[in-house]
Amino acid sequence: MGGLSGLLVTVRSSKQGAEMMTSKLSEDYLREISSLRINAGDMQTLCVADGQRARMKSPYGEVTVTCHTADVPSGLFFLPLGPLANQLFSGANTEGTGVPDWKRQRVTIEALETTSVPVEEHSHDA
Amino acid sequence: MLRIANGRVYDPQNGCRGELADVWLHDGRVVSEPPGGEFETIDASGCAVLPGGVEIHSHVAGAKVNNGRIMCPEDHADHFRQHTPVTRAGCGYTVPTTFMTGYEYARLGYTTLFEAAVPPLTARHAHEELRDIPIVDAGCYTVMGNNYLVLKVLSDPDPSSRRERLRELVAWLLWATKGYGVKIVNPGGVENWKWNHGVTDLDTPVPPFGVTPRQIVSGLAQAADDLRLPHPIHLHMNHLGEPGNIATTLATIHALSGHRTHFTHLQFHAYDVGERGGYASGAPRIAQCMNEHPEFTCDVGQLVFGPVTTMTADAPMEFRLHHLQKNKWANVDVEMETGSGVVPLVYRPSVLPNAVQWCVGLELMLLIKNPWQIFLTTDHPNAGPFVAYPLIIRLLMDLDFRRSWLEKLHPGVKRVSCLHELTREYTLDEIAIVTRAGPARALGLGSKGHLGIGADADVAIYRLGADAQSMFSQPAWVVKHGTVVVRDGELTASFSGRPLGVDVQHDRRLAPDLAEYFEKYSSVELDNYVVEDEYVPDLSLVACG
Amino acid sequence: MPDTTSSQVPLENVTPRPTDITVHRSVVCTFCGCLCDDIEVEVQDNQIRKVKKACLIGRNKIMHSQSNSPRPTIQGREVSIADTIAEAARILRTAKFPLVYGLSSATTEAQKELVEIAEILDGNLDNPSSYCHGPGVMARQQVGLATCTLGEVKNRADLVIFWGCNPMESHMRHLSRYSSQPKGLFTGEGRKGRKIIAIDIRPTATTKAADQFIQVEPGTTFETATVLRALVRGLKLGISDDNALVAGVPLRVWRELAEAIKSCKYGVIFFGLGVTQCRGRDLNPEQLSVLVREVNDFTRFYAIPMRGHGNVAGCNQVMGWQTGYPLAVNFSRGYPRYNPGEFSVLGLLGRKEIDAALIVATDPGAHLPQDSVRYLRDIPTIYLEPHNNTTTGWATVVIPVAPAGVAAAGTFYRMDNIPLRVKKIVESPLPSDEEVLRSIKEKIVHAQDC
Repeated sequence: MGGLSGLLVTVRSSKQGAEMMTSKLSEDYLREISSLRINAGDMQTLCVADGQRARMKSPYGEVTVTCHTADVPSGLFFLPLGPLANQLFSGANTEGTGVPDWKRQRVTIEALETTSVPVEEHSHDA
Repeated sequence: MLRIANGRVYDPQNGCRGELADVWLHDGRVVSEPPGGEFETIDASGCAVLPGGVEIHSHVAGAKVNNGRIMCPEDHADHFRQHTPVTRAGCGYTVPTTFMTGYEYARLGYTTLFEAAVPPLTARHAHEELRDIPIVDAGCYTVMGNNYLVLKVLSDPDPSSRRERLRELVAWLLWATKGYGVKIVNPGGVENWKWNHGVTDLDTPVPPFGVTPRQIVSGLAQAADDLRLPHPIHLHMNHLGEPGNIATTLATIHALSGHRTHFTHLQFHAYDVGERGGYASGAPRIAQCMNEHPEFTCDVGQLVFGPVTTMTADAPMEFRLHHLQKNKWANVDVEMETGSGVVPLVYRPSVLPNAVQWCVGLELMLLIKNPWQIFLTTDHPNAGPFVAYPLIIRLLMDLDFRRSWLEKLHPGVKRVSCLHELTREYTLDEIAIVTRAGPARALGLGSKGHLGIGADADVAIYRLGADAQSMFSQPAWVVKHGTVVVRDGELTASFSGRPLGVDVQHDRRLAPDLAEYFEKYSSVELDNYVVEDEYVPDLSLVACG
Repeated sequence: MPDTTSSQVPLENVTPRPTDITVHRSVVCTFCGCLCDDIEVEVQDNQIRKVKKACLIGRNKIMHSQSNSPRPTIQGREVSIADTIAEAARILRTAKFPLVYGLSSATTEAQKELVEIAEILDGNLDNPSSYCHGPGVMARQQVGLATCTLGEVKNRADLVIFWGCNPMESHMRHLSRYSSQPKGLFTGEGRKGRKIIAIDIRPTATTKAADQFIQVEPGTTFETATVLRALVRGLKLGISDDNALVAGVPLRVWRELAEAIKSCKYGVIFFGLGVTQCRGRDLNPEQLSVLVREVNDFTRFYAIPMRGHGNVAGCNQVMGWQTGYPLAVNFSRGYPRYNPGEFSVLGLLGRKEIDAALIVATDPGAHLPQDSVRYLRDIPTIYLEPHNNTTTGWATVVIPVAPAGVAAAGTFYRMDNIPLRVKKIVESPLPSDEEVLRSIKEKIVHAQDC
């Protein structure tokens, strides 16, 4: 199992939008905002399968995400915006603009040993 | 009760030209001298007592104004006021914040104003801002000159149904937008901009309905007459700001002969062509025409040297302005109604076109003989900020002062302007007409612009003696609705003025075919288009007729 | 207009109904910047029963608007709303450098109260646009913006470019109502007559709905807009090979796009956070705006920012007309000053300068970086919110309020700055933002006067 570095990009997803309207404290919402969209080749490099968990680290924090194969470029990782992704950003460093690096936070990602979460069907466009 | 004692009263409407008299105010009205009771006295000895000023054309509230405000932080940084126990904080010079706008107008002795151009789709926004302009009573004009419902009705070939339907539509639009009058901006020309078509002359058919600007202005003028609106059509003509536009202006004036019409910022429409296609004054010919047509009024739109933020529904004109100095440019096309543009500029006396424009405004003020036909404006903030009114008043009243300014202009201006030959000096009485009595009459505001019994208790008291600019820069007192709001230039009280609307009779329903057309092509529901009463609480309706 | 249908229920309708169902039409959904105003909502027994025409998110928002209210609390202890208001006023008036923040999902009527509170406190005032579309606002201050209303897009646009945005997931009815499918006055063929191009760094539902997807490398907006400017103006690029890559895309693709832009009748770019938050921040929308401006020498061409929160455009507007500046305002000197970065919410929190915060109509627990949230949790915070969320759990004072557009009326501004009145269609036992804020303000002023 190997580590990988790249850029984290926060994005909107319809499921994240819909679930947060139901409740931001629900399991469904938490599941959606921890769903990482990642390139298949990058998944192979990491030795993780669809639905398996990985640890994502930035200089500001680390989180556990669930990996899902998506048609995205290698080296770019996409996570719905929300309290989980925000663990990896800093508001103290905006280069004087007031805007953090929401679209290009350098992160590293590594597979977690455990595979306890079963692989499940997951639609990105609910 | 308030007694303004021993002042020289300038109330042209009632024939007072500086006579010593007392003015009594009670319950928001001017009253006759009461038999007794408690009262306070303002000792106005050595002062001129005038009705509160009435601003007939100023861009102070709504979508395009705020677009300019947001776009130009550089306009605000050096012009600000702190909050006080009675006033809100604010900032801005050519595009002041709403609170600051109300305070600055009050500090000049103005107590009533009209926002110059409001598209129906953003009327709610304009009313939200007007509510936040304190002290003054305020109304707005509804932009109709490129409105699809208007153009569609105008394309009706049957003259009698066209006339009736347009009258109904104009009444509905005024009610739906809580507007005070019919505004026309570059009729047809704004629509043409959206099609990327070229120039729009008075007889250019405009897509998609094929009607011409001539049909638009004549039709709307007729509708305003038929509805007996207190204020006639308020017209910004085609070709604003272009050398040689005097031809279009004269043709438009002739087309409207016999209809009451208010031509706004006439200075921008009074240019002849000089050598090599440059600017030359066309003011004498325009003034002559105005002198022959007592049914017309106008405001001048006097240029003021320095920074301005031009803003208008005349989108193509703003694009042209942007290309002059390549400064920043904002544009908003408003679906089925109009457009708008914002461009900051600087007018300089050393720039010949600007110098000519400056002269043209003053020439119009001096050559139009009847002061009841021309009013003082700067088309704020297009030709200059309204805070420059005291300077312009001195230019009108003081020939030596005016001549000293002529020396500062580009020398070429003397070849294309006759201003240096004009010796007329305005009297205080005439100033009272062009700044309050005249606009109030043109607006059909029976209780404003004068100090007769029953008039609104809005009074401006200026110290006589100093030069006119100093005098009008700092009123000794300003009274709004019977309460002193300004003392020696400082705000002493602040409260909301009243919104001004027009009492048009109609059944509050849009014709079914127009409603269907609207529902199909607008991006909002018809139900959500009509401005709710909540936006104009305490609306004061002025009667038609 | 609400119409009570059951009063006209014909007699043959034998099923007895418990109470009347009122159908509210032309309801405005307050979720995103689209402000769809054609929603139908059925209300029975003061409960929302059904929502029609809204998107998935909008329907969820309106259906769940009456549930999951927080309790009024001070440090987690349940108290009366009056107590929370008193404590809020106490915290704010004793603070030395407070922040008033949020506004983006509140009515403009409530936003005005927030501006006044910030002013009375000589405090700071900001809204979430400072870290979202704020760079676009700053770009407007540099070069302006040529734009149009959404109805113009529907009626005229024959070329639509989605640049760094994914409305299929964030503004779900945008394409069907305004930008892609609708048959407008001069776009009678609807989708067929429109060319739709998407520029993004990855395929999305929106890029799939487009005729052409131009997949660019991340962080290349400025470069791309610059090349397009040059191509539109016919300038020499110094690149002879048409297959040379610009932003990861062959130059010929950009050349074709420039031609499409110049030859359309009415083109519109919708730009999202992929433009404003991309490397270079405000330089990107600035370059994009200059491109749009220059295209107007050839044809009509505009850009519209794809604004997120329902009334985030409104808070820029209200702050604009009341303070002169759309975001990042400071009142320490008794008058408004503006400096994005310095007075942006993240700058103030990052430097740990503020000592209390009043937060309304946003969820900082979900939206702000972890260190900003951590600092907020260290200082007294007052939080007005209709629903339990990631901030209600820790805010010092939690004041539940009636949801705007459902149980409180007021004004919202659409992404194209068109103001709409949001309605009150059910009664709530809770006060509106506006009412709570006015009470807080009056208490602060009263204490200052004493």
